[in-house]
Amino acid sequence: MADGKTAMSTPVIEVNNVVKHYGSVIALSGVSMKVSQGEVLCLLGDNGAGKSTLIKTLSGVVRPTSGDFLVEGKPVAFNSPRDALDAGIATVYQDLAMIPLMSITRNFFMGREPLKGIPPFRHIDFKHCNAVTHEEMRKIGIDIRDPNQAVGTLSGGERQCVAIARAVYFGAKVLILDEPTSALGVAQTSMVLKYIHQVQQKGLGVIFITHNVRHAYAVGSRFTVLNRGKTLGTCAKGEISIDELQNMMAGGKELQTLSDELGGTI
Amino acid sequence: MAQIEQQTTVAAKPDERIRQVGFLTHMMRRPELGAVAGLVMVVVFFFFAADPSMFSLSGLMTILAPASQLGILAIAASLLMIGGEFDLSIGSMVAFTGLIFGALLTNFGQPLWISIVFTLMLAAVMGAVNGQIVIRTRLPSFIVTLAFLFILRGLTLVGLKWATGGSTQLRGIEDVVGDGLLRQVFSGVAFQPLFNWLAEHDLIEKFDNGVPKVAGVPVSVLWFVGITGAATWMLLRTRVGNWIFAAGGDPVAARNSGVPVDRVKTGLFALTACAAALVAIITVLDAGSTDARRGFQKEFEAIIAAVIGGSLLTGGYGSAIGAFFGAIIFGLVSIGLTYTQFDSDWFQVFLGSMLLLAVLFNNFIRRKVTGER
Ligand SMILES: Nc1ncnc2c1ncn2[C@@H]1O[C@H](COP(=O)(O)OP(=O)(O)OP(=O)(O)O)[C@@H](O)[C@H]1O
Ligand SMILES: [Mg+2]
Repeated sequence: MADGKTAMSTPVIEVNNVVKHYGSVIALSGVSMKVSQGEVLCLLGDNGAGKSTLIKTLSGVVRPTSGDFLVEGKPVAFNSPRDALDAGIATVYQDLAMIPLMSITRNFFMGREPLKGIPPFRHIDFKHCNAVTHEEMRKIGIDIRDPNQAVGTLSGGERQCVAIARAVYFGAKVLILDEPTSALGVAQTSMVLKYIHQVQQKGLGVIFITHNVRHAYAVGSRFTVLNRGKTLGTCAKGEISIDELQNMMAGGKELQTLSDELGGTI
Repeated sequence: MAQIEQQTTVAAKPDERIRQVGFLTHMMRRPELGAVAGLVMVVVFFFFAADPSMFSLSGLMTILAPASQLGILAIAASLLMIGGEFDLSIGSMVAFTGLIFGALLTNFGQPLWISIVFTLMLAAVMGAVNGQIVIRTRLPSFIVTLAFLFILRGLTLVGLKWATGGSTQLRGIEDVVGDGLLRQVFSGVAFQPLFNWLAEHDLIEKFDNGVPKVAGVPVSVLWFVGITGAATWMLLRTRVGNWIFAAGGDPVAARNSGVPVDRVKTGLFALTACAAALVAIITVLDAGSTDARRGFQKEFEAIIAAVIGGSLLTGGYGSAIGAFFGAIIFGLVSIGLTYTQFDSDWFQVFLGSMLLLAVLFNNFIRRKVTGER
């Protein structure tokens, strides 16, 4: 369906027939998708459709039960999120993966700390870290008071912004965002959407999960809809209207009826 | 563009929302605050309640020597606790590695350096095994290491009887060690010339024959201070330190952010066991013998010192300096009571109250300052 210029290059990430079982629960039963450079793939679907599970297999958090996983055309198997990060895949998890008792800076650089000095006296370059954290947070529209503030003292949205700024800063090839705007204010949301656009312009592949059809339509180049652990379909932006997309997101259920019942407010 | 510049100047200025965060709040954020406050309280108490000789040089050294041995364990225990785990087997590990060390020297006739290296390596391996069991089984480390508390204590007894032909004490280590430089690193006192000089110039107390009453600083105190410094630097400045806080704060989030949580925890278990082995080496060399009760209940004392030092039982928060003060408080109270009119039976009452106070205080601080809602 979605051909055009993006299909010419090798996809940065491609998965075929990924299956994931959690004991007796089948979270994914054969999902396929791919993202190319400079493309925003929106992953859509109802609650429990398997979106988070899918991106967790991409970021090395869970190992798929079966299925192929290619990065730039080469098959890979990540043993840990660290492998994925090393491969240039950065993720904003739905639960953010932040540690409340640690400072913003320490969270920002967790697992990727820049070092200076000679071994065995190598240590974290905190001056640099604080400056980067402050600057990256300012860019996303949050003027943090003090980079040494504990993340636990931040508001939910501020926390989400730290996670996004971190992933954008460290994502080299692919940026994965799992409902990154769920707690954000209007200004920060548009900033994040602008970010996604910028990252796309830089030539990264972006996977963007959202329940907001307007956000998806604003930045997405292609849309993959998941339903009950299966790929329902993939469409390029030109091929589908925002209303059709909304219907697909609800798993094909006719939203119009519901909307009518509620007096047309959805 | 103009807007961005404006924002930069705003960012450069101190934020208007931060003005209230003064020096006090900054200090409150430090985990060791409670321990420092506790130390002041304890010192003030003994200053009034105890015989003044407690605060003489020799009095302080009698407190510092055992406090430093406990302190080495407490620092390791606090690192492990910050990393989100416990090790209840450190006391038994002291006894077990003490046996290994003593048997290597006497039964196997090994030179001191081989015995030291082998003992430390064995401890590291056993600590790592402990860690791997905890990680692989996902059982609480509390239970796994409780098992090792008994296993190692029992093995020590069995081993001692084997090594000595039926006794629970292994003697004769003094005779086989010799008196080289390496021995001085692990036993005896340091800075002897300085103390002699001080005595000559009547700056410290001396016996009638001119020998200073305190011959020097016990080497265990130097180890204690050195380890505190190294651990503090590691926690606050290095990548591994960041990983320790992360692994204890939220292992899942840490792993998802690229922290090798399992390696960090395994390393911490190995480090804790090595600290126990170090204490074993120091005490065995000092005493010239080892026995089955060595390190008895030290695991609890070390954990108590770490908690008094501000480490959270739930992990992710704490400090090595705090454990340093925690161990000194422990030493002050346990030995200080003998300088007072109080019966030393009161020690445990005192200790339990300190612990309770420390936990309440830490909990309060954590909620207040680090923003747990
Ligand atoms: N660790 C787990 N153990 C068992 N079942 C799981 C686990 N994680 C996810 N599941 C199940 O897999 C299914 C897919 O979950 P997933 O989190 O991927 O949904 P999602 O599409 O991200 O939903 P949402 O939009 O609500 O975030 C759900 O039915 C969930 O209950
Ligand atoms: Mg989800």
